[in-house]
Amino acid sequence: MPNATPGSLVAFADATPAPLAPWAPGRLAALLRRDPVAAVAAATLVVIGLAALLAPVIAPFDPAQAPDIAAGAQPPSANHWLGTDSVSRDLLSRLLFGARVSLGISVVAVTVATVVGTAWGAAAGYAGGWTDRVLMHLVDAGLAIPRILLLLGIVALWGTLSMSSLVLLIGLTGWFGASRLVRAEVRATRERDFVIAARASGASPLRVLVRHVLPHAMTPMLVAATLGVGQVVVIEAGLSFLGYGVAPPTASWGSLIREGRQALGTAWWMSVFPGVALAATVLAINVLGDRLRATLGGQQLHAQ
Amino acid sequence: MTTPSRPDPDSSGGPLLSVHDLRTYFHVGGAVARAVDGVSFDIRAGETVGMVGESGCGKSVTALSLLRLVDPPGRIENGSRIEFEGRDLLSLDREGIRQIRGNRIAMVFQEPMTALNPVFTIGDQVAEVARVHSDVTRKAAWERAVEMLNLVGIPDPRERSKSYPHQLSGGMRQRVLIAMALVMNPSLLIADEPTTALDVTIQAQILELLAELQQRLGLAVLLITHDLGVVAEVTSRVLVMYGGQIVERAPVRELFRNPQHPYTQGLLEAMPRLGRQRERLAVIPGTVPPPTRWPSGCRFRDRCAFAWQRCADEPPPEYPVSTEHTARCHLVDEPSRAAVRAAVDQTS
Repeated sequence: MPNATPGSLVAFADATPAPLAPWAPGRLAALLRRDPVAAVAAATLVVIGLAALLAPVIAPFDPAQAPDIAAGAQPPSANHWLGTDSVSRDLLSRLLFGARVSLGISVVAVTVATVVGTAWGAAAGYAGGWTDRVLMHLVDAGLAIPRILLLLGIVALWGTLSMSSLVLLIGLTGWFGASRLVRAEVRATRERDFVIAARASGASPLRVLVRHVLPHAMTPMLVAATLGVGQVVVIEAGLSFLGYGVAPPTASWGSLIREGRQALGTAWWMSVFPGVALAATVLAINVLGDRLRATLGGQQLHAQ
Repeated sequence: MTTPSRPDPDSSGGPLLSVHDLRTYFHVGGAVARAVDGVSFDIRAGETVGMVGESGCGKSVTALSLLRLVDPPGRIENGSRIEFEGRDLLSLDREGIRQIRGNRIAMVFQEPMTALNPVFTIGDQVAEVARVHSDVTRKAAWERAVEMLNLVGIPDPRERSKSYPHQLSGGMRQRVLIAMALVMNPSLLIADEPTTALDVTIQAQILELLAELQQRLGLAVLLITHDLGVVAEVTSRVLVMYGGQIVERAPVRELFRNPQHPYTQGLLEAMPRLGRQRERLAVIPGTVPPPTRWPSGCRFRDRCAFAWQRCADEPPPEYPVSTEHTARCHLVDEPSRAAVRAAVDQTS
């Protein structure tokens, strides 16, 4: 054909907006617009998150101050909206500060778990062969032990834990599932043409992995991390409830429920309000995580 | 942009690429799939060589082997030799072969739809190759990318470099892939079915682009295809592959005029031609057997209309036909046999 001017025969596809990376926030926004349940869940989380962040500003009382120990537990009133605990500390304030602890621990622990799980799973999936087999058998071994038992065992051996070691411990026992997920995605992605093309153009294995493979594993990781936060909130509450979690006087939701347990017959509010906060948070996280999985997961399959 | 100095292949006297007895086997379970089994060929600087054959005959594995991109369970067997610009590619360490890939030998893949990463812009992906192989700044790499996009005929390259792959047509994406391949001025381009996934009009444009760039940049091209029409258009020499081996090699005119191997003849007869009466196109009966179970003797014999006892007993060597023409078929040795067409079991 004579002198083909490239633009003449080959029309560009209509200029569509730049594509969203699989994990792009735009997808999230779209999901929230058309799914009211997810929107409610997200709103709940935003409110709880803000409350936790702003606790020092919005809490009506000092959570550690016991103004009138003799008065004991007071029921909800205009002064103390959610009542007080048995040593007259304001429950709302303790709940707000407890949110910082509970959510903070969860988010940091899940971050640790995600980072470790991603590195482990990516190494296994990309290397393949016997490296893969060894790494994944170790993961299987980790998954075989129930997490809460593992944690209780370690905590029981250790005695009292500082907050940071508690976070680390929860994080380091929670990455097994994540690593499996990442491994599966990496194995699927590394066979894709653009990855082979990147290798053929001389990119180093690390570059191929970080730039071309891992971004495509981010969607399932986001979903897993979201659900993971809900899980860890419950685990931390469980540990604290059993007295193995956060050391007093710092309060988490779990330790608030524990404190209220002894007075359940006489001062129901002490356990019920932290319990409601815990349940609402976990429910919201699970709903949101589930919807994310449905939406992003589906589109991920058609991302190409 | 100055052209990076290139070792002059002519000064060493040898060919640019020399492949000797390349064997790439896949060890799966107890079985061994001999996907590439004793392939030897040379490519001289600046020439375009075609490699043709059906799916499953070992073309793509050969291409991947040249860059050592075959993953386990596949393995390039000991005794194979690949020499390129005077270096033994199979003895290079990982870093050494990495510096060859995309830099001295580049590759263009079949599927322009999937060979680009959907989450990065095309400019980004072309620039990445420059950044991988040289210490250029982000900005300089981007400039180089724009220059390359311009070279391969992307209109308004500066603007277009910010596009994502899904915003481009297949032909444009293939141009982008060619741009990526040529960023570092390689001396050899391996094009694996570069036009198969494209519309016919676009195919012609891409072939023309390749031919033009090959001329302009003094590039050697190994063009892998199952389309003899493509081969006729742009190559000077042809390697016909079957069963992991080269069964016939010849200059392109010679091959079309005087094909010796029944497989080559079958491929040529299966090509539609203008001006011919509308008749049924010939087909080669059967399919390529799995590479774990090549037939004894000649690997083509159970699909061949001429096969006789010798074909089962004795694997044919590459018989010379003329100076640059060889065929791996006993018919070259016993031409009288060509008159005897055996009944071929069409059910295989």
